[in-house]
Order: sequence, then C-alpha cells, then structure tokens
Amino acid sequence: MNHLLEIKNLHVSVEGKEIIKGLELLIKAGEVHALMGPNGSGKSTLASALAGHPGYTISQGHIVLAGNDITGLKPEERSLLGLFLAFQYPVAVPGLTVEHFLRTAANSHNQARGEKELNPVEFRKSVETEIKAFKFKHDFLERGLNDGFSGGEKKRLEILQLALLRPKLAVLDETDSGLDVDAMKIVAAGVNRLINNQMGVLVITHYQRLLHYLKPTHVHVMVSGQIVKSAGPELVVAVETDGYKQFEPLYAA
Amino acid sequence: MPPSSKVRPDEGNYRYGFHDVIEPVYSIPPGLSARVVDEISGIKSEPAWMLQRRIKGLAAFEARPVPSWGADLSAIDFQSICYYLKPSERQAASWDKVPEKIKQTFDRLGIPQAEAKFLSGVGAQYDSETVYHNLKEEWKKQGVIFMDMDFGLKEHPDIVKQYFGTVVPLNDNKFAALNTAVWSGGSFVYVPKGVRVTMPLQAYFRLNAQNMGQFERTLIIAEEGSTVNYVEGCTAPIYAVDSLHCAVVEIIAKPYARVRYTTMQNWSNDVYNLVTKRAFACEGATVEWVDGNFGSRVTMKYPSVFLKGRGSRADVLSLAYAGPGQHQDAGAKAIHLASDTSSNIVSKSISRGGGRTSYRGLLHIAAQAKNCKSKVKCDALLMDPASRSDTYPTNDVRNSQVQLEHEATVSKVGEEQLFYMRARGLSENEATSLIVSGFIEPIARELPMEYAVELNRLIELEMEGSVG
Repeated sequence: MNHLLEIKNLHVSVEGKEIIKGLELLIKAGEVHALMGPNGSGKSTLASALAGHPGYTISQGHIVLAGNDITGLKPEERSLLGLFLAFQYPVAVPGLTVEHFLRTAANSHNQARGEKELNPVEFRKSVETEIKAFKFKHDFLERGLNDGFSGGEKKRLEILQLALLRPKLAVLDETDSGLDVDAMKIVAAGVNRLINNQMGVLVITHYQRLLHYLKPTHVHVMVSGQIVKSAGPELVVAVETDGYKQFEPLYAA
Repeated sequence: MPPSSKVRPDEGNYRYGFHDVIEPVYSIPPGLSARVVDEISGIKSEPAWMLQRRIKGLAAFEARPVPSWGADLSAIDFQSICYYLKPSERQAASWDKVPEKIKQTFDRLGIPQAEAKFLSGVGAQYDSETVYHNLKEEWKKQGVIFMDMDFGLKEHPDIVKQYFGTVVPLNDNKFAALNTAVWSGGSFVYVPKGVRVTMPLQAYFRLNAQNMGQFERTLIIAEEGSTVNYVEGCTAPIYAVDSLHCAVVEIIAKPYARVRYTTMQNWSNDVYNLVTKRAFACEGATVEWVDGNFGSRVTMKYPSVFLKGRGSRADVLSLAYAGPGQHQDAGAKAIHLASDTSSNIVSKSISRGGGRTSYRGLLHIAAQAKNCKSKVKCDALLMDPASRSDTYPTNDVRNSQVQLEHEATVSKVGEEQLFYMRARGLSENEATSLIVSGFIEPIARELPMEYAVELNRLIELEMEGSVG
C-alpha cells in the first residue's frame, strides 16, 4: 500500500534560520502518528510548513500527499488535495459568521471533489449533526468566526471543520492545549470517528494527555528539527516517565 | 434617439406625473457664468425667486476659494464642465461610449443589461412602471409627495420655497453655492403629519434618469410624528459625463419624526464627489444617515445633523473604500444645540493599493445643551502597507454635563488571517473579501437586502487582483 504522506529530507527555515533539518516521515491511511518533543524542537514549524504557510521556506526536500508532490503548492491547493491543519491558535475574523465561512470552505472542497455545491439551506442541514456532535449552541453559526470564542470553543470548531471537510490527512497542532477533559473527549471522539474512515493523522503535542484518547499507532520524538526516535505507543510511556532529556544524546550523536 | 424627436420611449409614464416629457431642445456649452445660470433657470421655466437664488449661489461660489483643508481639489477645472445636460441628451449618449471596464462590472454584478444601460445614464426607462405605479397610488392616498425636484418646484412651489436652502444656506460652502447655482434633478419628498411610509422610497432612484444628474438637489420634509426611509444610488459604477458631482441634500425632521437616508454610491474613478448633506432634527426626532462611498477620485462628504430640539437623536453610519489613486475624505458632524440629545457615529473605512481614507468629524455641544451623549467609533482597515488612513476628529464641547466616547482602531489584513482561511481551501482573494465583508458587516446589515448583496459582490470584485 502506498503512503498517504511522505516527507523526504525536509529542511525548513523561518526568517533565514533553519528550524527543521532533514526530517523524514511516512504515514499510511488509517494510521495515527504522534509527534512529541520539547518546546522549540520544531513541531509546530513542521505543521505550518506542511500546510504551506508563506512565512516558512522549504529549502530542501519534498512533501508528497497521496501521490501529489505538494512541496511548492499554495495553502488552498494543499487543503483541496486533502490536507487539514487544526491550528494551535485559530484566528478570529470579526463580522464573518461561522456559517458563511464554513459554507464557503465546504463548497470549495465540494467543487474540488466534483460534488454539488450546497446552497445555504442544504448547508445548514448538513452541518446540523456536527453542531450537536461538537456540543455547540444553536446561535453558534451566527457568531463571528473565532471572535470571542473560548479556548475550548476554538478547538472544537477546528475539529468540526475537520469533520466537515473530510481530509485525507489531518495534522493536529497542539489541539490539546487549553482544553478541559470534557472538551478533550469531544475533540477525540470527533477525530476517532474519522480515523475509522481511513483518514491519516499526525498529532503534534507536547504533553501526553490527548494520546490517552487518540491511541497512536506510531510515536516519534522530535528534537532540534529532526526525528530522533520512532517506535510504537510504548514510547509515550517512556516520555511520560523520563521526559525528553533521554533523547538529547541521540541527537548529539 | 435624435434630439428633435418628440416622442420618447418613456412618454407613457407622463400620466403618472413623474417625468417631464417634452422640453425645448437646448444645449448649454461647458463653462460657468451668469448667462449659463440664467439659461438653466429659463429652460426649466422657474419662478423668479429661484433664479435669484441661483444668481446669489453663483456669486457665493465665485467669492469663495477652493477649500484647501481637506483633499486635493486643485485639478478641478470648473470651466470645462457642462452644468446642464438635458435628460434626453444623457439618455441619447451611446452605450458604446460607456467604458468597457464599467460594462464588465455591470455584467459581473449581475445587473441585467437593460438596467445597466439605465444606471449608466445612457438607457431608456427601466421597465418597472407597474410596480412603481402601485407604490405611487399608495403614497398618494397617504398624501406623501415623492417626485423629481424640478417637478416638485413646479407642482409644490410654496413648500419648496418655504424650505429650500434653509438647512444648507447657499453660501454655506463653495460647493453648496455651486449646487444652488446650477442644480438639476434630485428628489423632493414631503411626508405629512403622522404618516409612516413603510416601504423605503428607493425604486424611484433606480427608475428615473433625471435623478442621476451631477448637481442634484434633494429636499426631504418629514412632518411631526412621521417616518420615512429614503434610499438612493446603487453599487454599480455610475458613469459620469463630467468629472464633478456636487449635490446638496436637506432634511427637516419635525418633532418626533424619524428619517433615514441611505446612500450607496460608486462613482467612476475620475469623479470629484463633493456633497453637502445636512439635517435638522426637531424635538424628539431621529435622523439616520447611512452613507457608503465607493469609487470617485476624491470624495468629500460629511453628513451632518443639527440636533435643534430637546431629546433629538442622530445616527450616522459611514463606509468608505479607497482603491489605487483614490482619496475618500468622509465622516460626520453632530451639532448638539439642545439638551438631552444624543449622537452615535460609526465610521468604517478600507484602503487598498495606495488608496487613502480620512475620517473627518465634528462634534459640537453648545453651552445650553445639557446632558448630551455622543459616541464616535472609527475603524480603519488597511489592506497593504502602501495604503493610508487618518482621522481628524474635532470636538468642541461648551459645557461639562456631557457623556462622550471616542474610539478609533486601525487594523491590517493579517497574514495569519489569510493563512488560516486559505488552509481551509479558500483562495487568497476569497479570504480577503470575506475579511473585508466581515469588517463592514455592521453597516451592511443596516442596508436593504438587495443593497447588502450588491455591496458584498462589489467587495469581491474590488478584492480581485488586490493581492499577489
């Protein structure tokens, strides 16, 4: 079986400074990969570079998503090819309703898939079950996008979008930060539902909390811009017990 | 249509009394002089007092210098402008002469060609007389007068004489003086005591080419306890034969009347748009200006409310968009002359591609006006580093029993906002226009629905090619 995501010898720099230094990663459909690492190891830089943030320069290497080389593509092109980034800090757009934004995004994806675009009535119907699943109140569609949202609301909206856009690969960037246990369960249930539909997941996290709910198949530790250790779920326990210090010699070597 | 033709396609409307049909064929060459003013008044067979007004207006115009405190007006050549165009001449101009860019914009705004021709000032009557006729009957029953200003002067000379120039005196400013000297068209609205006009008075402006003049004069009188909502303009670009638009709008809101005046205009990019809009609010009255300014080279427009009666209220929503080469100098004035009056001003401006927006506001609270409240909120959105936005608020407060709030923000369309939306599959243009639409949403929601829809489409068009 082909890989859903292939990252080969990736080098990424921000404002002239190299942050990611030759990273390699392979993910298959239905797999859940956890990427752990201390602050400043380059985890979030990887997330932004995967999604095509214009401030992040890929100086070497390739990113291939479902057979398409997306290394030089625009963020919207990557999204339409099936990459989804759940943001660590979702951005507010005052005055733009959640509904208008979600409908525009959903219709961009429908169009790219050759499916029918939804009119406002059809869209409302299609989003109703998700609103319930993510425990939003009824007025939520009329609110300004992420405007005045609590941390938990923002993160739940990220995963609601994930459910709505049905990507091939989801990158969750510190989705657990700022979540209480109840919100974490809602978020995890949403992701697990999609994993069953063969979505691949890359969970980027500093802590282990979310991994109790998401059950990774693969775990990687990233230090100083490289993956220094890859193993199965047992690696989570090693990190929990002994921290990241143990991996630093691996990088130094 | 040849100018000698006696029959015009819209002659059928004459029986509804909203079109002056047969007028002698005159043409007045460009330039401004006493003779031109005399001729304009003569063509319209005006009463002597109006001619006198015009002549005084001309004198005031000539006596005043071009104002230098605001936008750059030095390039206006007053002698190259045509001050009177017969409506038939406007209509007889060829569709072919309308610039291609404007035609394309009509297409993309989804405006049918018949209406597009009309809106661009070259078409025949837009065919909606049936609807219009029914409204007309309704208004007539209520005693509401709503007609072209030239026609208003003919039909209701006493009312016009009583109020014309009482809100905006002929020597108020250079451009109000010019308008007084050469005005043509505009609307005349009279709402009797206690009458509530439920339908916005708006179809008219879209239907009547005479209103699309460049020196129009509008007078609205709302008697005690009446309500009226007047809507003019549209978001389609207005093709101007000459590069000067200089209008005057006067509103008198009698005690406990409520008047809302909505303007949404998009002048072609060579036009100097210099408009004086002012309202008097008597005791307990409310005046609301909703003013949207797109297009033009320079706009200077500061809708004002004189709060003359106790407990009166002013609401101004101002929206300005300046693209490359444009300067929108817009704002609002609230003059509190009586106690317990309140004013609320919201200004939103967008600058892109080196465009410049300025908010210029005046808040005056007289010594005798106690317990007044005023709130001013100015938000500017800059689309790129080359664009510019300034605020020039003037507060002149003569007593201490006031409650004032002033808030100004400048925001930039951020890379993070764009990236977030693009990461969901939106193109950069789509994302930009959604950000801008969100920014102006507080104003868009006050517009009649079709205007709000058009406004959003216009924003989408303006944002195309704004990036990259």
